[in-house]
Amino acid sequence: MAVNRMFRVCPTSGLSFHEPAEKLIRWNAVAAVVSLLVGGILSLLVILTRWQVVHLLPPDWFYLALTAHGLDMLIFWIIFFEIAVLYFCASTLLRCRIAAPRWAWAGFWLMIIGALVNNVAVFRGDSSVMFTSYAPMGAHPAFYLGLILFAVGALVACFVFFGTLVVAKSEKTYNGSVPLVTFGAVTAAIIAVFTIASGAIILIPTFLWSLGYVSHIDSLMYRTVWWAFGHSAQQINVAAHVSVWYAIAAIVFNAKPMSEKVSRAAFLLYIFFLQLASAHHLLADPGLTSHWKIFNTSYAMYLAVLASMVHGLTVPGAIEVAQRNKGFNNGLFEWLRKAPWSNPSFSAMFISLVGFGFLGGISGVMMGTEQLNLIIHNTIYVPGHFHATVVIGTTLAFMGLTYFLIPTLFRRELMFPGMAKWQPYIFGLGMCGFSLFMMGAGTLGVPRRHWDMSFAGNALPYEFPGTAWLMMSLMAIFGLAAIVGGIMYLLITVGSVFLGKRIVTPGFAYVRAKDGVAPTMRPVEVAFESHGTNIGIAGFAAPGTFILAIVFLIAFILYYFVNWKYLSTVWPLS
Amino acid sequence: MSAIESPANRLWWKQPLDRVEGMWIAIAFVWCLVMFFMMPYWHIFGKQNLSNEAYRTTPEAYMAKTQAMVDKYTVRVETDQKIPVVHPPAGSDVYLIARLWQWWPMIELEEGKTYRLHLASMDWLHGFSLQPENINIQVHPNYEHIVTLTPTSSGTFGIICNEYCGINHATMVSRLYVVKPK
Repeated sequence: MAVNRMFRVCPTSGLSFHEPAEKLIRWNAVAAVVSLLVGGILSLLVILTRWQVVHLLPPDWFYLALTAHGLDMLIFWIIFFEIAVLYFCASTLLRCRIAAPRWAWAGFWLMIIGALVNNVAVFRGDSSVMFTSYAPMGAHPAFYLGLILFAVGALVACFVFFGTLVVAKSEKTYNGSVPLVTFGAVTAAIIAVFTIASGAIILIPTFLWSLGYVSHIDSLMYRTVWWAFGHSAQQINVAAHVSVWYAIAAIVFNAKPMSEKVSRAAFLLYIFFLQLASAHHLLADPGLTSHWKIFNTSYAMYLAVLASMVHGLTVPGAIEVAQRNKGFNNGLFEWLRKAPWSNPSFSAMFISLVGFGFLGGISGVMMGTEQLNLIIHNTIYVPGHFHATVVIGTTLAFMGLTYFLIPTLFRRELMFPGMAKWQPYIFGLGMCGFSLFMMGAGTLGVPRRHWDMSFAGNALPYEFPGTAWLMMSLMAIFGLAAIVGGIMYLLITVGSVFLGKRIVTPGFAYVRAKDGVAPTMRPVEVAFESHGTNIGIAGFAAPGTFILAIVFLIAFILYYFVNWKYLSTVWPLS
Repeated sequence: MSAIESPANRLWWKQPLDRVEGMWIAIAFVWCLVMFFMMPYWHIFGKQNLSNEAYRTTPEAYMAKTQAMVDKYTVRVETDQKIPVVHPPAGSDVYLIARLWQWWPMIELEEGKTYRLHLASMDWLHGFSLQPENINIQVHPNYEHIVTLTPTSSGTFGIICNEYCGINHATMVSRLYVVKPK
């Protein structure tokens, strides 16, 4: 079979797109956005039910909508987009033909079928078991089957990604090491393989149990193994969206990493330690010892938290150095003031970075502390935390990347550019308020996944304090703002991709590349390019970023000890 | 070279650390160690630690133990469903059943006294959430978790279920009474 070696070079970005890879990236991105649309409609229903003033859905529909919302967003939207990112990082960034495009298509269609089968099972109404589907609560067999098919498809895609790296190496399409962003994508793909393996270990027996071939699924075993899948899936997102941050910094500012060594080592820490974090979910469970909980929940002494704190510094640091080299070198923050705040790729990336760190990161460490978990477990604080990580962090970063992909990958002009300018702010700030007020309500004990916090008609109702009710209403209002931001994103992307003005390049053609299209080798440089001695303050190349990082650290330390103080007032337990 | 291109210098790992990065890594690492050691520290000096004591059980065995306690220590019944309220002596074993969709029985404790609270589910997963204290513990079927608990305030407390357990999950709510010792 002849290998397709047709490439096109994007005139605006200079990136090389391999013809089959380009098509795969497009289709995966489209499938992702369709999932986002479905999940977004469901999010509106969920918010309008938890906002007790409206209390829209009856309980059966509420739990159904919440189950489908979790799956469509957390699994289908994010993973389809991640597969697109993986192919982009391997094929496009390495200027390499994608390995085994037919396998990639087989994987794609398996994922589509899996997503459909799973959604049908949920919408039939007998699989409202939530995203986590904790046994011994059972769903229809099709629920598990859909997830398994989807996971197999995603695994195929991961191996296509690894195969592409092998092809790139052997056909010498790049010199030296892979780009940092590709390195981050490798991190995500390695974690994905671990994740899918864990998913197989728990979902296959549960599928057989739902069919009656396995008699018993232990609830603690289920939670332990399921979270090796469920939490690791979120670590794929972290690795992927951190890579996207670096990519957007590179695209918008031509920023280069402050040092390759530090950023790559931080990704390596993710591979070694991030998965241990699944223990976070088991801190309030019986049957596991404190030793096990402390070692695992700390990701082995917080080495993966350290990695995230490093990325949180080096991404804005790289932007600061690039800006200062461009001449925005006055004071501490001129580089930030003069940043392109009306470029939606940049603003989305920056809000994603700040929101992920301040809201998602800090709250994640709180929940993941063995004792502090007691005052947080299963309250609405938990979805508050993960909406800050996977929505502000991952989804918003992906939205930022989309604004870059529409002209380069889809060759369409952005529709509604004025709306695009505002979209990251409305979505990002809406989600920040949404997450923050959820965490506030959780601190007051409001449970997650709960249809009625008024306990109406109950003989022994518990009355939540007025502040908790206020927090829940504010959560809903900010959530609605975020939904407006989501609708804007969908209008812009769907409009641009299907109806946008085509970008026509005179003399456009796919060009046949025989053995890769690597640039000519550059000689090994002996001296390192310094960041420039003329920039920065007092020998610091990125002093503004350093100040921001210290502000972050102070917020982190204060909030950490506030929580211990709060815990110390709770009834003694041992 | 930007982050989407291969590093310009093939020996990138020899580039010395930037001062900003070096300082930040050191500070962040120290903070990570502080956070790590807070957990063992609290086990030694803190008063709120989740018990590691748990046993395998069965719904029948756990039900029998709970029934024995109810038979012995019931002081009154409440609501139309005639849920017994038990007032076991200080220091004793107190059993609480989680089941679809009820906590059973209701418990009355004395302020300042210590109890061994047993938690287990009869069916699916449930979440023990004591409000407004905001103590939250996962409740499993076939595992009996024993938590040593000392109420330090008196009044009427809510026990809600905060692990989704099916259609009537939101109706699974009960009470815990804490009275002043006589």
